[in-house]
Amino acid sequence: MMEQALFYLFSAIILGFAIMVVTTRRILRAAIYLLFVLGATAAIYFMLHYNFLAAVQITVYAGGIVVLIIFSILLTSKMEERLEVPALRKMLFSGIVCAGGAFLCLHTILTYSFNPVVETTKPSDVKLIGEQMLNYGANGYVLPFEVISVLLLAAMVGAIIIAKKGKPQNP
Amino acid sequence: MSIPFTHFLVLSTLLFFIGIYGFLTRKNLITMLMSAELILNAVNINFVVFNKYLYPDQLHGHFFTLFIIGIAAAEAAVAIAIIINLYRNFSTMDVEEIDQLKH
Amino acid sequence: MEFGYTIWIALIPFLAFLITGLAGHRMKPMVSGLIGTVGIGIATLLSYVAAHQYFFGVGKVDGVYQKIIGYKMEWLRFSETLAIDMGVLLDPISVMMLVVITTVSLMVHIYSLGYMAGEKGFARFYAFLGLFSFSMLGLVVATNIFQMYIFWELVGVSSYLLIGFYYNKPSAVAASKKAFIVTRFADFGFLVGILLLSYITGTFDFVLLTDPEGAAITQGSGIAFMGLSVMTWSLILVFMGGAGKSAMFPLHIWLPDAMEGPTPVSALIHAATMVVAGVFLVARLFPVFALSAPAGLEIVAIMGAFTSLFAAVIACTQNDIKRILAYSTMSQIGYMMLALGVSGYGGADGLGYMASMFHLFTHAMFKALLFLGAGAIIHAVHSNFISDMGGLRKYMPVTHITFLIACLAIAGIPPFAGFFSKDEILVAAYQNHMLYFLVEYIVAGLTAFYMFRLYYGVFWGKEKTYEHAPHEAPASMTIPLIILAIGSATTGFIPFQKLVTSDGMAFDIHFHWNIALPSIGIAIAGILLATAFYRKGSDMPDKIAAGLGGLYRAAYRKFYIDEVYQFITKKIIFNLISRPIAWFDRQIVDGSMNGIAYITNMVSAGMKDLQSGQLQQYAFVLVSGVLILVLSLVYLMNN
Repeated sequence: MMEQALFYLFSAIILGFAIMVVTTRRILRAAIYLLFVLGATAAIYFMLHYNFLAAVQITVYAGGIVVLIIFSILLTSKMEERLEVPALRKMLFSGIVCAGGAFLCLHTILTYSFNPVVETTKPSDVKLIGEQMLNYGANGYVLPFEVISVLLLAAMVGAIIIAKKGKPQNP
Repeated sequence: MSIPFTHFLVLSTLLFFIGIYGFLTRKNLITMLMSAELILNAVNINFVVFNKYLYPDQLHGHFFTLFIIGIAAAEAAVAIAIIINLYRNFSTMDVEEIDQLKH
Repeated sequence: MEFGYTIWIALIPFLAFLITGLAGHRMKPMVSGLIGTVGIGIATLLSYVAAHQYFFGVGKVDGVYQKIIGYKMEWLRFSETLAIDMGVLLDPISVMMLVVITTVSLMVHIYSLGYMAGEKGFARFYAFLGLFSFSMLGLVVATNIFQMYIFWELVGVSSYLLIGFYYNKPSAVAASKKAFIVTRFADFGFLVGILLLSYITGTFDFVLLTDPEGAAITQGSGIAFMGLSVMTWSLILVFMGGAGKSAMFPLHIWLPDAMEGPTPVSALIHAATMVVAGVFLVARLFPVFALSAPAGLEIVAIMGAFTSLFAAVIACTQNDIKRILAYSTMSQIGYMMLALGVSGYGGADGLGYMASMFHLFTHAMFKALLFLGAGAIIHAVHSNFISDMGGLRKYMPVTHITFLIACLAIAGIPPFAGFFSKDEILVAAYQNHMLYFLVEYIVAGLTAFYMFRLYYGVFWGKEKTYEHAPHEAPASMTIPLIILAIGSATTGFIPFQKLVTSDGMAFDIHFHWNIALPSIGIAIAGILLATAFYRKGSDMPDKIAAGLGGLYRAAYRKFYIDEVYQFITKKIIFNLISRPIAWFDRQIVDGSMNGIAYITNMVSAGMKDLQSGQLQQYAFVLVSGVLILVLSLVYLMNN
């Protein structure tokens, strides 16, 4: 009962703040609301007993990405500025498309008969995750792991190259 | 586990379309990036829930989520580098004014 | 293959053309001129060797000159039975033509070194000369009618290029276009004639085609169309092509205008070689004409006779030295055509054929000489008009003497070359029909008259005041004049009846005093008349011209043939045919194209806005597109 109450609470937080992220006119607040959404998502991961994942969610998302976003906001925006309200026509059409898509997906989800396995058999401790991540046998994830490490390196280099102030080409 | 499985899916679906709505309507590039993060987050929830409820003896969904978080971090870093560079060149964050894509 | 080297007679000028044409702008002008001259010089030597070898060596078997294939390669194979070859065919007329063409061409090459010196486009001029020599040589040695047609057109092209050599002069451009279009029009008839002829006989090959006992000649004479056999029709069409190139009435209008080209070109192309291509064509197909289409020969004779008279009359009235020579050329070619037309086949019956070739040979000599002399005069006086000249004999002795020899030769005064060949033509005409003889007899007198009118007008008469004192031409120009003068004086003694005959067999000719004496008489009469009128300058010619009134004016205006053409093309063809076609082209063809373009333009203008560069718009389209796709898929799967 307690669990259900918490789930709906977190769901409400996620959806409510998500809506505020996409509608608020203060950009710094939007970043903070995003932080709340991500935090509530981490809470849901905790409820599902994926503790490691929840920790990663908090450290990478909340600690990394949101901070990065806040920094860039501070670099590029003025605090007293208010974001423009998008054109009504744009809001209307986007709303229709999104509502239509949501309706379609929800309709599919609610009419499809999943048969979930309720009992949890496998605990997801960090040791197991680490072993499987670096395992090169069956169910091993060492290849994506390596790929993603290279990707991160590439992204880092790319970000530096892009953001670096280029030499003035024509003085 | 008394919470119905489909409720998670409803949550992630709604979050996903909220993100899409934000991506389509927000004019500021950084807020668009935030909307993209919302979308990714919705996908993550989906992966995790499917893993938990349908294949609890495996960890595939879990790993996918981990990798998506990693990729999201990389994406955010590159995207913000691009955004800052754009800001430097156009002195604006308004996506409607940055329409050189047509050339 | 003992005559294999003859291919190089044609190819060396072609190589010279390639070198001077491609690299001419990098060399000094004189170098390219020398390359062309040396090239044609080698070709001349080779053709002399070939002529000697042919006429006095292996050419004759059992007293008959054979047709020898010197070189042959398959060029295009269409099917099992139909193939087009390229090669060298040697027989009396082609060997003779090789000699004529290379000789005159060499003279013109040497002459142009002096005449064209300092002109812009000197290398280009030599390149075109090389191309022309190549085409003309390829034409005369053609082994089949198709090769001949190819080179025929090449000759037309190089003639076009050379007439329009001064391409920034509008009249030259117009003249080159006129020459090309008129001859092209005639060549259309030629092409149809070729197709018809080869359809009937089943062969392109000259050796098969002109074999008097061969199957080709006997075929096709049976099928009749509008009273004449199909063979005759095809040969008349072929003759139409020849008439176009040889400036026979009424396709002659391009030749006088072609004098806009440089004078050496007029000498080479429009006097000695290209314009006799039509004569050569008829001579080449002569067995077919003579044996299976006598009606065709009749037409050749009538056209020849008419043109020679017509052109001679016009020549008497013209004032431009080159135009006089041009009409004279037409008149002389008319002679050759007439001689072919009245000739029979074989032995002494082929007198006309022999006379025609003889006259072609001698005419090439003295007409080239006349043109080159005219070039020297124009070079000295800077004018084309007789009225601007006079008394030049003191200033230009070499030109004067050589020009006089040429005038005597063309007038038919013994012992110069023209007398012998013209006499044979008159005999042949006399033997065929009295009317032809009378026409040619009058033309002989007219020829003597207008040539000496020109001669006296230029070298005697009242001396004009010149801006610069006229001077003799440089050695590079006078040497060819002297060589050609020797040729004009002596080639009449070549025994053509032993060498160039219709069937390859030699025959004897008898000298007809009853024809030779009157013809000398009328020539001298013409000369005397011209002497009386023009030597000192008198007002008699003007009085006579005034007395003749309309006739004189008509002749002066070239009998209004150009005006008739203008009328036909401008008033009739343009208005009745071209206008509706042009209207159709503009409104319907262009209109539909423009319509398509307009629609495309509109659609793309509309579509252009789709590519706005607005990222969110793209994303919107993406999402809604996915939605629509999914919805339609769901809808389809539910049904």
